[in-house]
Amino acid sequence: MNTSFNLFDFVGGVHPAENKTQSTQSSISSAGIPEKLVLPLTQHIGAQSKPLVNVGDTVLKGQLIAAAQGFISANLHAPTSGKITAIEDRAIAHQSGLSDLCIEITTDKQDKWIEHSGIANYQDIDASQLISLIQEAGVTGMGGAGFPTHVKVSAKPDAIKTLIINAAECEPYITADDMLMQERANDVISGIQILAHILKPESVLIGIEDNKPKAAEALNLALKESPENTLIEVIVIPTKYPSGGEKQLIQILTGKEVPSGGLPSSLGIVCHNLGTAYAINSAITKGEPLISRITTMTGNACAAPQNYEVLIGTPVKHLLEVSNTDIKNTSRLVMGGPMMGFTIDQIETPIIKASNCIIAATKQELPDPAMEQACIRCGMCTEACPAQLLPQQLYWFSKSSNLEQAESHNIADCIECGACSYVCPSNIPLVQYYRFAKGEIKQATADKLKSDRAKVRFETRLARQEREAAEKVAKRQARAEAAAKKQAQKKAAPAQEASDSKAPPAADIELLQKKFDATKAGVTKTKEKLAILLADENADPEKIELLKGALTKAQTKMKDAAKVMAEAKKAEKASAFTSSDKGDPNTPERLKNKLDLAQSRLETANKRLEEAKAENSDKIEAFETAVTKQLERVNDAKLALETAIKTSATNNVPASVDLETLKQKVLAAQTRVDKANERLNMAKEQNLETVGALQTGLDKQTSKLVDAKAALEQASTEEAK
Amino acid sequence: MKLPNISSPHTTRPFSTSNVMLNVLMALIPGIIALTYFFGPGHLIQVLIASTVALASEAAVMKLRKRPILFYLKDYSALLTAILLAISLPPYAPYWVTIIASAFAIIVGKHLYGGLGQNPFNPAMIGFALVLVSFPVPMTTSWSAPAELLPAAFSSGISFSDAMTYIFSSRETIDSITSATPLDAYKHQVALATESEIYQNPLFKGTDHSSFIVLAWEWVSIGFLLGGLYLLWKRIFTWHIPVSLLASLALCSLIFGWDADSFVPTSLHLFAGATMLGAFFIATDPVSASTTPLGKLIYGAGIGTFIYVIRTWGAYPDAVAFAVLLMNFAAPFIDQYTQPRTYGHNKPKRGLAAKK
Repeated sequence: MNTSFNLFDFVGGVHPAENKTQSTQSSISSAGIPEKLVLPLTQHIGAQSKPLVNVGDTVLKGQLIAAAQGFISANLHAPTSGKITAIEDRAIAHQSGLSDLCIEITTDKQDKWIEHSGIANYQDIDASQLISLIQEAGVTGMGGAGFPTHVKVSAKPDAIKTLIINAAECEPYITADDMLMQERANDVISGIQILAHILKPESVLIGIEDNKPKAAEALNLALKESPENTLIEVIVIPTKYPSGGEKQLIQILTGKEVPSGGLPSSLGIVCHNLGTAYAINSAITKGEPLISRITTMTGNACAAPQNYEVLIGTPVKHLLEVSNTDIKNTSRLVMGGPMMGFTIDQIETPIIKASNCIIAATKQELPDPAMEQACIRCGMCTEACPAQLLPQQLYWFSKSSNLEQAESHNIADCIECGACSYVCPSNIPLVQYYRFAKGEIKQATADKLKSDRAKVRFETRLARQEREAAEKVAKRQARAEAAAKKQAQKKAAPAQEASDSKAPPAADIELLQKKFDATKAGVTKTKEKLAILLADENADPEKIELLKGALTKAQTKMKDAAKVMAEAKKAEKASAFTSSDKGDPNTPERLKNKLDLAQSRLETANKRLEEAKAENSDKIEAFETAVTKQLERVNDAKLALETAIKTSATNNVPASVDLETLKQKVLAAQTRVDKANERLNMAKEQNLETVGALQTGLDKQTSKLVDAKAALEQASTEEAK
Repeated sequence: MKLPNISSPHTTRPFSTSNVMLNVLMALIPGIIALTYFFGPGHLIQVLIASTVALASEAAVMKLRKRPILFYLKDYSALLTAILLAISLPPYAPYWVTIIASAFAIIVGKHLYGGLGQNPFNPAMIGFALVLVSFPVPMTTSWSAPAELLPAAFSSGISFSDAMTYIFSSRETIDSITSATPLDAYKHQVALATESEIYQNPLFKGTDHSSFIVLAWEWVSIGFLLGGLYLLWKRIFTWHIPVSLLASLALCSLIFGWDADSFVPTSLHLFAGATMLGAFFIATDPVSASTTPLGKLIYGAGIGTFIYVIRTWGAYPDAVAFAVLLMNFAAPFIDQYTQPRTYGHNKPKRGLAAKK
């Protein structure tokens, strides 16, 4: 059979009891149509397909019922005609034992096909068209993994040098591919040829173990019958588990190793299962989508172990019934082989596209796992490992959750074939430990990614906050500097009018007020003390004199404080009005007012003088000076007025009658009245001699205020008109 | 009936730890037969004492740890340790020496580290080293001469009752049967005499100078060699350690001690003393040895070298125990740096910690 083909070998491997002869005694039978079919929407690697039907729809055999979502996904077709009775979560064939969305079809036993037709001469069809036909047919890997086939055959042109067909079927018990080759070799070869036509490799190798002589013979016969192919070779390899693993088969047939984490296509090699080739043939030449597969039903609890052609979605229960399996005697139900298969605990679990075997094992056949003993570090696992790992070390690391070391010892390269657990004398479930560790590593990687992103976000936020704070500080500094600059400028130009510069703020006036009140209080106190002393007959005359002196001092202080306060108030009030607001001070009106004011003052001064003369008080001189001053002012005012009238007559400056000015005048008058009132009140309290004068002053100011208000009202009514 | 959910694989090879241990025990039989034939029933009695004490100690410890006693005794690991210890000890060592060695080996050498599979040192060698260092006189003066060389009173060999007396009660007349071992004798005489002179002593070639290599001991070594080859065939362990041990010992001897007039000759190194026992049964103890293939070669070579060094320049005539213990120290380190290349990788990842 192998003429001059150079075979390589892989390191390790084991030779478990084959147990294949039980199921090769009969030919493939049909499992029939069960009552209901349960079709999981994820029977393949990739995205879940989306149902296209609704509950209650009637479907035909081969009708598309779920569409692929994205490139790495697969279509799903109805395996027989019937009615959609449910689309819900059901138990699925998976190691996790979890459930997933499934479409349930209640069959009508009619088995009515949808319209379909195959292609007679696929050689005339373009490769890309063939690939899309394969995609439409929903063909996925039938070897066990279920990778969408159209993805695997979509290689770049000239990228694939070697096409390997995996007919090794190295696991014990499984004989599905064996029987398929024995009975339908022609279809298989046709499928392989279609693949070769699509991929155009330089060589096609069918790797088959030497425990299948009949199958190899059948293949060779079929090859002889189709002479147009010269590429396909049947290579018989020694029986060893796990030589059917993709990586191991590639190593056996080509001597090359698939790079860790990489794909065989990087070596120019692609590997397809025999059953997939058969399905491709059905899809292209017959137009039949993937709706059934060959599944081995075996195990000692099964009365008639053999291979069945099973509709996808057939519940295992149906298969058990058809094959006369004693479910009570079954201590373990395994889907797949004994080395890599997983247990099923619900017999309603459906057969999916990748289910190649069901083992209904009795207790003696697959006994309960023995108690795990201590690892004696014998190294038999290392000898058996086909991936050249150190299973013993991986065991220690997985057991202690030392994920770092496990990763560094290449736990990711473990293909979970189970050879190490098989040989372990201490019955340690090594593969279970590795699965646990792999899960933990995956979770830890995802967590780390999440935390790295969170860290980046946090740091960015921190930087932003710092930046904002820095900006605030900078702004504040800039403002402070500007303010300081302004202050400096002001200090450098002290000859500004009080109205232009900053007025003594209200706080200063308050302070002065406080001072004044304090002095007032002082005066009151001293007066009281004096009164007490005067009332007392035995008072010391010296003390009285002292107190009198203190009283005079206090009164002077009060007067000074009052003066300062008055000036401050005047300045503040003055600053409230800019010179522009006041308007032109040299208008005839204002000058007239000034004149009137000066004259009234003069009259007051004269009156006071006469009073002082009459009383013969010592203030006569002061009053005389006052009178002289007032006289001067009157004369000045008269002069100013005359000049103003002259200029206004020549300039024809219209007298401003605007409301603003009037308002200002009213305000000014009001303030004057207030001032006069204050002075009067103060004088009254102190019982000063100036009370009378001040009273007259106040009356005058009040009348002026009334006039001003009247003028304003008049002007506003005129404006309103 | 509830179907179970169990992880794959669902089948295992019908070969358990107790199978491994029993195979090793069976492989020891030829050597033990040779020992008893040439040196009297001493070893058998020692085996009995050591086994009893070892099993009792293990049972006591398991009781303290609240484990099922019989389950742990049935893996025969304690029995194997005891028997290896017993045949390493001199056949007529006092009973208390054996008891102490055995108890120490099981309790301290094995269980204090966590039990089966956890001990970094070979338990039998730990026990042996303890008594060798603590009781040097009984350990060096309890070796009996081969049957051929015994005085007339023991013409039919040492009887069972005599052996019991020597071991358990009076040791007054033990000098009549004791002698130095060939390795010991050669080592001490080589400073003064030449090879041919030394070989005049019937200890080496027998009274009629008919032995190939060394009287009696050659058969013992061949017995153990056969046992070791049986275990290799059964794939209980791989060839790496025995081959590298013997090769390095031979090489050292040939390079440094090729002159038989100045050094112990290579043939004596290989066939006298505990070399074969050490190579196939002691150094290959999987728990304390290196696990990687390259590591095993280095480990074995290290032991061979140490055996030669201690024998030639050290104080002890037979150095297997110390050589093994010294390399036990190094085994984890050797493992770290001799990881094999994994499928799909270009280079092996060696050294500590995670390197992706």
